[in-house]
Amino acid sequence: MSPAGKSLTVAAAGLAAGAFAVMRRAKAHPSGTAAGDRWLTVTVNRAPHDVPADKLPAPLQAYGDRIETRIRPAPGDRGTELAVRLKETGPDTAHSLPARLAGTDPRQDLRRALREAKALLEAGEVLRPDTPPTTHDTPGGKLVGLLSRRAGGEGVL
Amino acid sequence: MKALCWEGVNKLAVEQVPDPVLRNDQDVIVRLIAGTTCGSDLHLIGGYIPFMRSGDVIGHEFLGEVVEVGSAVRRHKAGDRVVVCSFVGCGRCWYCAHDLWSLCDNTNTNPGIGQALFGADTGGIFGYSHAMGGLRGSHAEYVRVPFADYGAFPVPEGVDDTSALFVSDSVPTGWMGADLAGVKPGDVVAVWGCGAVGQMAARAAILLGAERVISIDRIPERLEMTERHIGSEVMDYTSTDIGAELRERTGGRGPDVCIEAVGMEAHSDSPVHLYDQVKQQLRLQTDRPTAVRQAIHACRKGGTVFVLGVFAGAVDKFPLGAVINKGLTVRGAQQHGQRYIPMLLDRLAAGELSTAHLATHTVPLDQAPRAYEMFKEKTDGCVRAVIRPGG
Repeated sequence: MSPAGKSLTVAAAGLAAGAFAVMRRAKAHPSGTAAGDRWLTVTVNRAPHDVPADKLPAPLQAYGDRIETRIRPAPGDRGTELAVRLKETGPDTAHSLPARLAGTDPRQDLRRALREAKALLEAGEVLRPDTPPTTHDTPGGKLVGLLSRRAGGEGVL
Repeated sequence: MKALCWEGVNKLAVEQVPDPVLRNDQDVIVRLIAGTTCGSDLHLIGGYIPFMRSGDVIGHEFLGEVVEVGSAVRRHKAGDRVVVCSFVGCGRCWYCAHDLWSLCDNTNTNPGIGQALFGADTGGIFGYSHAMGGLRGSHAEYVRVPFADYGAFPVPEGVDDTSALFVSDSVPTGWMGADLAGVKPGDVVAVWGCGAVGQMAARAAILLGAERVISIDRIPERLEMTERHIGSEVMDYTSTDIGAELRERTGGRGPDVCIEAVGMEAHSDSPVHLYDQVKQQLRLQTDRPTAVRQAIHACRKGGTVFVLGVFAGAVDKFPLGAVINKGLTVRGAQQHGQRYIPMLLDRLAAGELSTAHLATHTVPLDQAPRAYEMFKEKTDGCVRAVIRPGG
């Protein structure tokens, strides 16, 4: 196989691995909790009084009344558990695999905002990627680029 | 500026890329003095970590001079000579606060990939794929260093560039293996791999008081180097029954601590190597765990196996039965460099550690692709090629 073919194969393997993980999660919802209802949650390495519900960082404040927020101390001096979820979750199709691959699942933006809030609370800034991500693109690179664009709003949180 | 870019499987090229800029207030820009090839780069180059894009700048082990400082940086100024930890840590998440820096919560710009693959995202690392943060690598004239107050360390006067360079990654990685494996006075320690990380793990074990340290490899010049510069006993696995020899040298017990410093492209002279290669090429397993298997089998009952080599995914024929029935502790980690680098620079300055011998070759950036080829094929006695963008 040519090096270019190998590279594409490798990138496709990466995409397949990512897609498999997404599908596995998509199938793994317990019967009691639909994907759209589940809390998205992170643990912030700050004391609970440093994570006031009425003064959350801007990425979450921007949601206003569209989200529910749950804040509680983490056990074992691990900081503060910060959880959010959308009040209006929309139809199941909004959280489907195609929607997530297309980047239209509203939970992706909320998950990204939650991560950014955690970073702001802990480190004072959200690490921005180097730019441009690459100087030239190939079919394999575009696949990895697609995964990277979705990765900020995807995951197991 | 010029940079060494990944252009596809087994294809590197020096290209023009945009200069880095300060993207965050806690960034600095470093002008590269020197970087080095690392065995873990070979996994990227060979396509075993499938999250690279053509044009990605590789390289993660480096030293340079600060030339530009973000507005929130407090500990650095232009002109500082710094060695930079290959993993980026924010310094304030729970993991960084507990000295588990490579697990930082806030430095991987693509966290969803790691979470899908591993169940959690790792910290970011320079030039090591979009799964590991998507940060640009260091084989370039300049590199942006995020959270520089936590990851860049001034090099003491009197420590030369080449010696300090390896404190970026290979020295703390090796030290961490011995430290977190719990090496203590009286232990017998076996180390698989006589590359830079393996050598540093062996040296760390000696400094932590191990009674005997035995290093294993197949490359004669690496074995000779380890014996001469590190002070470790050595074994060539192509001419020695490693399990039998280790039992004989340890009164039948086996080593108390076994450190694997080989990684996912391990070689072996046994038929199992062919089996592993075929499965890896067919993507039925992502990694070849030959040395890990051997370490688990060789380790004494109740001992500890530490995996320092880089693995990306799933392995086959993992001897879980030996782990359970021998009561082993198996640990692994990417390096928590920020935890060790200041201490290691002090030891380097005091002459307790030596690293300069690792730099078997020095090349300008234009010759970096050739240096990686030599490093991969282990020709001309290459242990590490040092790349100096400034010539």
